[in-house]
Amino acid sequence: MADTQEIIAKLFPQATFEEGDILTVEIPDAQWHDLAETLRDNAELSFDFLMTIVGMDWVEKMGCIYYLTSTKYNKRIAVKVATEDRVNPALTSIADLWHIAGIYEREVYDFFGIIFLNNPDMRRLFLSIDWKGYPLRKDYDASPETNPVPEDNERQSDFTQVYTRDGEGKIECKEERIFAENDFVVNIGPQHPATHGVLRFRTAVDGETIKKIDVYMGYIHRGIEKICENLTYPQTLHFMDRLDYFSAHPYHHCLCMTIEEAAGIEISRRAQVIRVMMDELSRIASHCLFIGTFCMDLGATTMLFYALRVREQILDIMDKTCGARMTFNYECIGGVMQDLAPDFVDDVKALLKIIPQNLKEYDKLFTGNVITKNRMEGVGVLGREDAISWGVTGPSGRASGWACDVRKTTPYSIYPELDFEEVIRHEGDSMARFKVRMGEIEQSARILEQLVDNIPEGEYCVKVPKVLKFPVGHWFRTVEGCRGTFGVYLESDGTVNPYRLKLATPSLPAAAVVDSLTRGDKIADLITIGGSLDYIVPDIDR
Amino acid sequence: MEVTTKSMPYEAWKDNEYIESLVKELQGNGANVVVGSFDKLINWGRSNSIWPLTFATSCCGIEFVSLGAARYDMARFGWEVARSSPRQADFIMVAGTIVHRMAPVLRRLYDQLAEPKYVIACGACAVSGGPFKKSYHVVMGVDKIIPVDVYLPGCPPRPEAMIYAIMQLSRKIKVEKFFGGVNRQEKQEEFLKNHPIPGVED
Repeated sequence: MADTQEIIAKLFPQATFEEGDILTVEIPDAQWHDLAETLRDNAELSFDFLMTIVGMDWVEKMGCIYYLTSTKYNKRIAVKVATEDRVNPALTSIADLWHIAGIYEREVYDFFGIIFLNNPDMRRLFLSIDWKGYPLRKDYDASPETNPVPEDNERQSDFTQVYTRDGEGKIECKEERIFAENDFVVNIGPQHPATHGVLRFRTAVDGETIKKIDVYMGYIHRGIEKICENLTYPQTLHFMDRLDYFSAHPYHHCLCMTIEEAAGIEISRRAQVIRVMMDELSRIASHCLFIGTFCMDLGATTMLFYALRVREQILDIMDKTCGARMTFNYECIGGVMQDLAPDFVDDVKALLKIIPQNLKEYDKLFTGNVITKNRMEGVGVLGREDAISWGVTGPSGRASGWACDVRKTTPYSIYPELDFEEVIRHEGDSMARFKVRMGEIEQSARILEQLVDNIPEGEYCVKVPKVLKFPVGHWFRTVEGCRGTFGVYLESDGTVNPYRLKLATPSLPAAAVVDSLTRGDKIADLITIGGSLDYIVPDIDR
Repeated sequence: MEVTTKSMPYEAWKDNEYIESLVKELQGNGANVVVGSFDKLINWGRSNSIWPLTFATSCCGIEFVSLGAARYDMARFGWEVARSSPRQADFIMVAGTIVHRMAPVLRRLYDQLAEPKYVIACGACAVSGGPFKKSYHVVMGVDKIIPVDVYLPGCPPRPEAMIYAIMQLSRKIKVEKFFGGVNRQEKQEEFLKNHPIPGVED
């Protein structure tokens, strides 16, 4: 940590530092772009992965916190940039340094109204262009009269805005076309069976070849981050189930860990083991559903029935212990809601017995199939550098040769004691993404095998005060969800409600990368690529 | 008149008062012998082949997928023909949250369904906004934008509950007058009068 601080302090004397579990640097906006470039390109720093941009409204000023990770040295850093202008807040864009930054900046603009200068595409991301106000600002007027439910179709613009600062420091706005003037644009979605939810692609095509895709999100934007600001900490938990409903357990785990760290709560070993087992069970269930729906997209409907068979068995295990098939709300602050069901161990053992057989069956039915190979091999190749720059984590990132498993890089809970392999492939195509997930089912089963006979006795939940209050501060924790790195940023102002709760989800980069992956491919490949990236739309929109 | 579906005894239903009042309202004045018989015949067919639109926005959609898979197998009831085009579907199961941006899209999908068409509000979000009651961007119940036939609570409802809801819908279809009356359409026109689409007349 000290070296990073020394290097930055030498080059940027204006920077101020704040020690914590992650080094936080505060820098004026004028130096921000230079610092960002240094952080990325300096061989001793090489912070090449932009994890998230947290928009913030501190009332007296507005700004962003950038979370960066160095994949080479496995270090993290946070950079704070702020502006005091509330009427026309503007910061310098870093969209030219990280591919994904452009999308994250659009999100911040959408929620806080902060303009990013030189961002080539400064539109709203989740809300429609006629939306009044910026919802995550503290002074936002949330009355339904300001923004009534629209009855007519959404206004559509073919233009995007680019803001720049002219010689005198004034902000200029320029309109630019999204597509070329004579492009033939086809609309796919928002209600389309192959988009896995309500996602919309405006696709410019040349014959059957894709020229450019403009992704429209926000068809299921539910404003969870804003709702959480008015809830107490235990109340915020249940929204984690409804983001990525397949990763309900890992997401819960993440928020619980963040809150427990902030409140200084130690949880029992039994609760840790239960949590990890639930995480891995949901990983298997999630990947099974991925196999089912992905194969169905490609036309192999039968695979859905085979894959869902295993998933139903896992849901039965969950049902017995958590009392629900989905949206479990099982992990709570201090441990888990209730103890394991009496036949949990037997059920898991029965499941572990059938998994290898089933995987063999899937391989026989699908993986070796000629049609499958032709449709998936070499389609949508994502290189390692691009995967990092786009922030595509999880199985999709690992299929591009990027070792990004949070369970290995920044281990949490009891993962350091467990013996499992990180599944990595180097092809980067749709087939690799499929195979990584098949491999991860095996590894998750391996983890379960180690734990199933070693569930320690003890209490499953420690006593926690009903009303939780933390000191002023901020925390950022990540876990490995079923689809990639899930991060929670929590800022507390000392009251019973979170001041800001930012959820950095893995599906947003996965949807953002579709444009660059599909260019030059055929329309039919869009379905393959979209399916293999396995994004969950409520997870994108939050 | 006992309205029920196959292999479900009439007493097992939870809300028989409602269906009885519906029968009274629709068939209180009796039915023409010829037209009434035709009604029965066609409603038998219609109620046993309700085709859903593939429409899902969030968690409930996954339970709908489970409903289609082997374990819950909705093919037993004749609902398995999930259509991707609203022109070929009979009902729309609003499985998931509907937000402001999606509202005009859902309304358009509903308008594209061919008559006679039905709506099931599936899950807490579609019924009333559910856990997102305080959100700035969620529509508090789809009945604000389209008429709803069956409300199905739960977050998400279990596949069994979904089966029950679609069976309720098929019961409703059974008592309708297909040839003899235009009850349904009248109701729809009334609804659309109160919720006009700007720029669209009639």
